[in-house]
Amino acid sequence: SFSFSPTFTFSKFQILSRIPQPASLPALDISTNSNGPKQDSLMDDDPEDLFAGATEEVSLDSPERDVLLSDGPSPAITPITPPTSVIAPRIGHIEEEEGGDSFDVHISVSDPEKTSLSVFKQRDFSVKRRFSDFLGLHSKLASKYLHIGYIVPPAPEKSIVGMTKVKVGKEDQSSNEFVEKRRSALERYLMRTVKHPILLKDPDVLQFLENSELPRAVNTQALSSAGILRMVNKAADAVNKMTIKMNESDAWFEEKQQHFENLDVQLRKLHASVESLVCHRKELSVNTAQFAKSAAMLGNSEDHTALSRALSQLAEVEEKIDQLHQDQANADFYLFSELLGDYVRLITAVKGVFDHRIKTWQKWQDSQVLLLKKREAEAKLQFTNKPDKLQQAKDEIKELEGKVQQGERDFEQISKIIRKEVGRFEKERVKDFKTIIVKYLESLVQTQQQLIKYWEAFLPEAKAIS
Amino acid sequence: MLVPGSGSALRSVSVDLNNDASLVIDIPDALCERDMVKFTVHTKTTLSSFQKPDFSVPRQHEDFIWLHDTLVETEEYAGLIIPPAPPKPDFESPREKMHKLGEGEASMTKEEYAKMKQELEAEYLAVFKKTVQVHEVFLQRLSSHPVLSKDRNFQIFLEYDQDLSVRRKNAKEMFGGFFKNMVKSADEVLISGIKEVDDFFEQEKTFLLDYFSKIKDSTAKAEKMTRSHKSRRGFLSKNANLGSVCELKNQKFEFLLEKLSDLFEKLRKVEGRVASDQELKLTELLRYYMRDIQAAKDLLYRRARALANYENSNKALDKARLKSRDIPQAEEHQQQCLQKFDRLSESAKKELTSFKGRRVMAFKKNLVEMAELEIKHAKVSLTAHPIKHTV
Repeated sequence: SFSFSPTFTFSKFQILSRIPQPASLPALDISTNSNGPKQDSLMDDDPEDLFAGATEEVSLDSPERDVLLSDGPSPAITPITPPTSVIAPRIGHIEEEEGGDSFDVHISVSDPEKTSLSVFKQRDFSVKRRFSDFLGLHSKLASKYLHIGYIVPPAPEKSIVGMTKVKVGKEDQSSNEFVEKRRSALERYLMRTVKHPILLKDPDVLQFLENSELPRAVNTQALSSAGILRMVNKAADAVNKMTIKMNESDAWFEEKQQHFENLDVQLRKLHASVESLVCHRKELSVNTAQFAKSAAMLGNSEDHTALSRALSQLAEVEEKIDQLHQDQANADFYLFSELLGDYVRLITAVKGVFDHRIKTWQKWQDSQVLLLKKREAEAKLQFTNKPDKLQQAKDEIKELEGKVQQGERDFEQISKIIRKEVGRFEKERVKDFKTIIVKYLESLVQTQQQLIKYWEAFLPEAKAIS
Repeated sequence: MLVPGSGSALRSVSVDLNNDASLVIDIPDALCERDMVKFTVHTKTTLSSFQKPDFSVPRQHEDFIWLHDTLVETEEYAGLIIPPAPPKPDFESPREKMHKLGEGEASMTKEEYAKMKQELEAEYLAVFKKTVQVHEVFLQRLSSHPVLSKDRNFQIFLEYDQDLSVRRKNAKEMFGGFFKNMVKSADEVLISGIKEVDDFFEQEKTFLLDYFSKIKDSTAKAEKMTRSHKSRRGFLSKNANLGSVCELKNQKFEFLLEKLSDLFEKLRKVEGRVASDQELKLTELLRYYMRDIQAAKDLLYRRARALANYENSNKALDKARLKSRDIPQAEEHQQQCLQKFDRLSESAKKELTSFKGRRVMAFKKNLVEMAELEIKHAKVSLTAHPIKHTV
């Protein structure tokens, strides 16, 4: 069966110890969340530079095709130290339990530089995780990082239909497919999460990767009250976004926002096309298999010996071709379709991050407006003889001034983070698509080569009829 | 729309036709008018029975059916396998698509529309070629048959430069098609119910009945498979989207996506050719021989009928002898039946033997050609790929 598990190298990545405030880095105060990440300012975000790495990668026409599959902009481009660790999570499926499927998360960490700063105690280790654990992890990360501008990879969707299917039949073909689909999605999700330099340092992530037992995640049941609340909030947000008209001073953001809108539309279209391709190929496979059976029967019925043999051979060839169709359909699906689906969801996360920036701006504006009001009120109070009220007003104004400053800082902070995140995201996207496209093309080539083999084997049989 | 005929290269389903230069028939072109197809039947002959050595006439599908039916209903030919009538030209599928294309015109870009139109025209053309070929083969089977080629109605069909529709109506009134109806009803029962004296026919009967049902099934499955192949082409055409997924100032990536789009275009075209080749070599082959086997079954039926008549005449003779009445007539009748039956059996044996040879050869030819085409197309697909690989 077809499996997809690319390994990714962390290049611009420096593993820090778990101490929250390393002295060497400028601390960034994100007062809204005590668990917040520390800004890694060593990741410079000049967009041009990031793409420079991508353009150096070899085109398909050259014989060093393998270079395309590996990563690695040369150290000269980035100002930080070269990679220290490679983390490759692989996920296997164990068994089904009452609360849902359980998955075996196998992490292998390789440490080429042999630095002692590695956060992982072991090289190779495995933990058991439930599907709800993954959802719980995502939920935590989302609540910590989304609103400050980090693109948190979305977790695979929980589908009620899929779940009831699994419970009905264990040996069912479609339930196996469902489990494999889920396993693959979880693997990709985890891969993306640990690839994110900030998220990898998060204690929740590390706990997820290493702890042998995790407390059961709450709030992940579909249609739970928390879920509904989240849905309602999302809807309210959407309405709010429409009424907020932001004075965009930064053309970059406007351009990027438009860019992601377009990308969203295109990806969805393409995704739909690929899904229909998968459908058709499966249908072709079914029809080919049926024809193969029929041709075999015809061959049995045929009384001319050589022709009978040739017809039986034809039946065999068609059967093999049917298998080819199935394999190709799997490739279509797991390589292409799922990639597109992932990116459709990722773009939604990106758009959410942009929305948060708008909200942050709004907050800042609101406090500015409030400050103005208070100042006016204070000015009026000057002419009355109420010293207590005046003092109170002055105190409030001081507090508000602080808030306004904080609001501005927050806004600048989120803007900065988003710029960097978008740069990283786009680079990853190019890499992802390139890798997948190359793999997909290889699968197509393989299919054609197999086809040739099968027909070339059949040809002498057909010619032997006399 | 005027379409040039297939030429000898596409003579896919039958073999060994037209190797006799004394009567050469082909359909060099055909005209499609609304619901009707007009075939141009072109004859070149050295036989003195024809008025001219080289001539053409326009014929409709219904004319072919008329010719087939008159041959079936001719007593003399009861011992022959009458080549199956060509099926009615079926433009249903491309016509439907043409409709859809017309309706969806507003929602497509100019390029998409032009591309779809082109595809559609190719499909129309393919159906066209198929129907021309199948009508052509019908005539060629007749011209290469030692007995049928001399048939008077066949000659009229080839030569008569007026509209045949008047004749067609007359023929219907004359024969009323009842022999045809007789053949259609319960033939299987009659054939299997006959006590067979001749091993050869016993074997043929068993074989043909079984083979017919199998080939019918295979034809249906092959049709489904071919349809699936064709419909797959729908996806890759929408891949104009692939390029727009880029939207980055990344030239190499854009270049890659462009190449991918190109590749998909090429693959799509190849898929289309694979589908139509498969249809011609495999599906059409099976379809044609299914009909041909039905014609062979019809021959067996007629022979069974003659045998039944002979047995009945025997019984009548016995009865006459018992009653001592009308013995000479009964004897004569019995003699006639016997002769007819023997003639039929002899002719049928010859026909069935050559039929098998013809069938095996046709299968061989088409299977070989199909395999070769599949290999060719797969190799073409490979060369279209931008990745280096071994072909």
